[in-house]
Formats: sequence, structure tokens, C-alpha cells
Amino acid sequence: MSDAASSKSSGAARTLDLRRRPRRFERIAEAAIVAVALLSIVSVALILVFVGKEALPVLYSSVVHEEVTPLAMILPREINGHAAYLWQPVSEIPKYNIVPLFLGSLKVTVVALLFAVPTSVAAAVYCAEYASSRMREFLKPAIELMAGVPSVVAGFFALVVLASWIQRAFGTEHRLNAMVAGLGLAFATCPVIFSVSEDALRAVPQSYRTAALALGSTPTQALLRVILPAALPGIGAGVMLGFGRAIGETLIVVLASGNAALVDLNLGHSTRTVTATIAQELGEVVVGSAHYHVLFALGALLFLVTFVVNVITERALHRSRQSLSGSK
Amino acid sequence: MSDATSSTPFVRRDGIFDRILVVGSAGACVALLGMLAMVLLDIVIGGSGRISLEFLTAAPSNGMTEGGIFPAIVGTALLTFLMTIAAVPAGVATAVYLNEYAPTNSTLARVVRVSIANLAGVPSIVFGLFGLGFFVSTLGRAIDVTLFSGELTFARPSLLWAALTLSVLTLPVVVVATEEALRAVPRELRDASLALGATRFETVVRIVLPEALGGILTGAILAVSRGAGEVAPIMFTGAAYFLPQLPSHLNDAFMNLGYHVYVLATQSPDVEKTKPILYGTALVLLMLTFLLNVVAVILRSRTRGKLKPAL
Repeated sequence: MSDAASSKSSGAARTLDLRRRPRRFERIAEAAIVAVALLSIVSVALILVFVGKEALPVLYSSVVHEEVTPLAMILPREINGHAAYLWQPVSEIPKYNIVPLFLGSLKVTVVALLFAVPTSVAAAVYCAEYASSRMREFLKPAIELMAGVPSVVAGFFALVVLASWIQRAFGTEHRLNAMVAGLGLAFATCPVIFSVSEDALRAVPQSYRTAALALGSTPTQALLRVILPAALPGIGAGVMLGFGRAIGETLIVVLASGNAALVDLNLGHSTRTVTATIAQELGEVVVGSAHYHVLFALGALLFLVTFVVNVITERALHRSRQSLSGSK
Repeated sequence: MSDATSSTPFVRRDGIFDRILVVGSAGACVALLGMLAMVLLDIVIGGSGRISLEFLTAAPSNGMTEGGIFPAIVGTALLTFLMTIAAVPAGVATAVYLNEYAPTNSTLARVVRVSIANLAGVPSIVFGLFGLGFFVSTLGRAIDVTLFSGELTFARPSLLWAALTLSVLTLPVVVVATEEALRAVPRELRDASLALGATRFETVVRIVLPEALGGILTGAILAVSRGAGEVAPIMFTGAAYFLPQLPSHLNDAFMNLGYHVYVLATQSPDVEKTKPILYGTALVLLMLTFLLNVVAVILRSRTRGKLKPAL
């Protein structure tokens, strides 16, 4: 920077410049690189603006309000004397209650995490703590290859194979249900949680372990009371990332959940998620209709949820990195 | 157990509890690998009988219950090719900025990093909404109004818009892999290059990028694999249910392997009849994405090994 300034002010500096290319080329190249780097910021902004633009009419547009108001999207509707949460966008009187959809998303996500978190964290512990370095070099990439299976293929497997197994094992009422979708989702969630947790465990400085062992703890005690707690923020970040992945996943749930918008907590029942609703309905709506805007509003809400999850995760990762490196 | 150990602090006990931990965590690894193997085996066994030259080179026929998946293979290849052209240069340039140009503690670099992390976390279906709202309805319509006097040309789902939507989605994959590769290039190489009189840009182009090529390639392959397998972002931005002819222009719709699986699995009138085709298509898709991933993993471990002695 100061170099550039001095060359402008005095001709002497210019004659000393041994660089072959003119400065201007350098500056253009740098500007181009910075401009491209800005694309990522622009992309996030464009996603916000253009999903938001189609979602916001839900709040103010009279065309939308003829069919549904924001309150009617979350409050139950009185039908035959009892309250019901209904998502029936193509019935004679369209009903756009988003409660069953978010409940459905939450249901399958919880099932996925109940399976994925213990399994993935335990696998990460084995990789980081017990496996020989050779074993680890095989295990980690092999498990991470789970992420290389496209979600539509995992969903297809859940639909054709897993659903039959689960029905045979639990005698579920519907063949495609929240449990099938959740376990299918676990397939997409496990590699995320595993990978981040393993990194977090390995980022714990060796001195922690040696100190714990020197003070007389067994390897197990060192693991459970020193290493795991130190890696906990990182593992938590992995779980959050897994949550974001699970709640935003589309193809697995659209294929395996059965897609009935029911309000109940029975895992054996068919369920409908936010993502599956957008995937199945957006292709058939009239652009600009109430249904169209409500679907975009669902997308915007989903974006907000994952955005918040991301911010929390980044903070947690940042803090854990700082605290671990600060105490080295 | 804590009582016992605290009273005999100098005895390292390899008790039952320790063993449960080892066996349990090893079992978790086996479980994950088992899940992966199960899916792979099922698709391979179910699909391999269907794979034939005709299946790979013919168009679907008879209401998609017979014939092949050639248009879907070509569509997927074109889509990922266009996506790569857009995503890889942009991702590499972003990583170069972050690792080579941005001053330490630069606010701009931090915002770029946060954006990349956020892009990586946005659900793929939201990318589909974004592609429809921005590329198809806004950019496409603007092009039509200015260049085609309002005639419907670009304001509809197409190969171009689907590829651009996917390139935004895969950008973080390229950036993260490239940045890792750039970070592994020893500082001494840059210093030597600069000391010999090369400019920063020359150093980047002639020294740093060639040295990081393996890592960049890994990122590109991972991006291709990711893009080839995504369905949600292209559902509304260009993928078509059935198109016997291949796309010939950027603004044509296209068939896609993943979308083909989705459509056949959810909308086919006769699931039992389409099941062999479904398995065959899933296998082709899996081979494509999974093998690319395996290649990326091998490439990554090789380049890591190569750079280590230089550090």
C-alpha cells in the first residue's frame, strides 16, 4: 500500500520498480478477484431478496388475504365444534395452516437426530480416540462417503426397502411414515455430524490428555471428563449443522414420509414436511396466486430457520477454536 | 466407579466400562459403514440387471415403463458441465481472494466467509425457489423484454437457469476445498517468488495455483458430484418430466437422472412396472456421484501426502 503511494508521489521510486508488468494490470486483476469474491455475498443477498419478495405478499397483499391471512396460517380453524389445523390448499375452501407442516418437519428431524447424534458422535470418538492412524485414514473418508450418495437415491432406498423393513418390524399403520423418513434422513445427517465431531475431538490439544493422564485418570476418564467436554462446542456445532441439514432436506422426505399433513405425534403415521410441500406443490400453482405466495413464505421461513442455525453454529465453532487455541 | 478409582488413583484399570466404550464406539462406525454398504448393495443388486447398452442409449418409451434413460444422462452431463464452468472459476477466485489477497482481519473477508457458510447451509429447495424467483422470473423476463421484444424465450425453466442455480449451491464446495489447498502451499514458495520480483498476481497464477491444483481438482469433482445428485434446486428451474429430444439450446428444458428417479417414484401410474427402470436409473446416478466422490477422496489423500514433505 505504502509502496503504491510512494511511487505516485515521486518519480525516483518508479525507476526503482523492477516489476515487469505495469501496475495497472495488477490492480485490474486484484479488482476482478475481489469482485468475484463479492458474488457470494451478492448470492446470499439475492436469495434473501427474491425469496422474500415472493413471500412478503402473504403479509400485505389483498389477493392473498382473500384466501388466507397470516393469523389463519398458524391458528386452528373451528370445524364441527373442534379446532383443527388443516393444510388443504386445493380444496374448495383452500386452507393454508402451516402448523402441520412444521410439526412434520420437526418430527422427522427429531427422529433423524435421535438416531444420528449418538451413532455419529460415538463413531467420531472411535475414529479420533481409539482407532490406529491407519484405521482412521480408512474410516474417516469411508464414513464421509455417505455424503456422496445423492439424497434422491437415499430416499428411493427408504421408499422401497427401509419402509418395508420398518413396517414388518413395528407393524406401523402407514407404510410410509415419519419413522421411515426420519431414518432415511439420518443417512444424510450422519456424515455431517460425524465429520464435524471428529474434527472437534482431534482439535483438542494433546496436552489436555497428557495432563489428565499424568494426574492419574484412566484413558476413559480422560476421554469422558476432559476431552469430550473440551470438544463439546464443536460437537454441538456438528449437531446444529445436522439439524439444519435434516430440516432442509427435501428428496428423502418427499419420497419416504407419505406426505399426509396430519397433526399428531405418532411416528407410525404418514407425515408431510415443509420442504416436501414446496417440492410437490410449487410446480402446479398459478404464479402470483395465494398458494404461490404461501409456498414462498414457507421457503422464507425455512431459510430463516437454517440461517439462525448457521449463525449459532459459526459462533460456537469460532468460540471453541479460540478457547482451545488460547489455552494451548 | 469414581469411588473406586479415586481411592486407587495409581492403578490404570481397563474395566468393563472402558471396554464397553471401545466396543460401542467401534460398533457405531460399523453401523454407519453398514448403512452405506446396505444402500450401495441394494441399488447395485437391484439395478445391475437393468443396465444394458439399450438402457443407456435409448429414450424412454411406452409411458416411461420401457426404453432407456439416454436423455436423462445427457441432460445431467450438460447441466453439471455448465454448472462447473460457472462455479469453479468463481469458487477458485473467491478462495484466492480469501487466502492470498485479503488482509488479515479484513471485514470484507469475514463477510465473504460468513456468506459462504450460509450458502452451504441454505436448504436445496430454497435454492429452487430462488432460481425460479430470480433467474427464471426476473432475469429471464428482463432478457426477454430487452432482447426478444417480450417474446417468451428465457423467462422459462431451462438448462441455463438450472445450471446457474446449481452453481450458486456448489460454490461453497469449491471455495472450501480450494482454500484448504491454498493453505497447504508453503509460505516459502510465495516469499521466494515475490523476492525474485514476481508480482502478487504472477505468484498466484504461476506458483500458488499450480501447487494447489490437486486440491482445486478435488473441489471441482466434489462440486460435480454434488450438482449431479441434486434434484430440489432444478425441479422448478429447468428439469422436465419427459423430453424425447435432447436439449439443443441453453434455454431448453432437459431431463435429469435424479429428477427422473423422483418423478418415476412419485408419479408413475404403475410402480411395479417402473421399478426396474427406477433401480437402473438410481444405479447410474449413484455410480456417477459416488465414483466421483471416491476419486476425490483418493486425490485428496494423495495431494495431502505430496505436500507434507515440503512443509
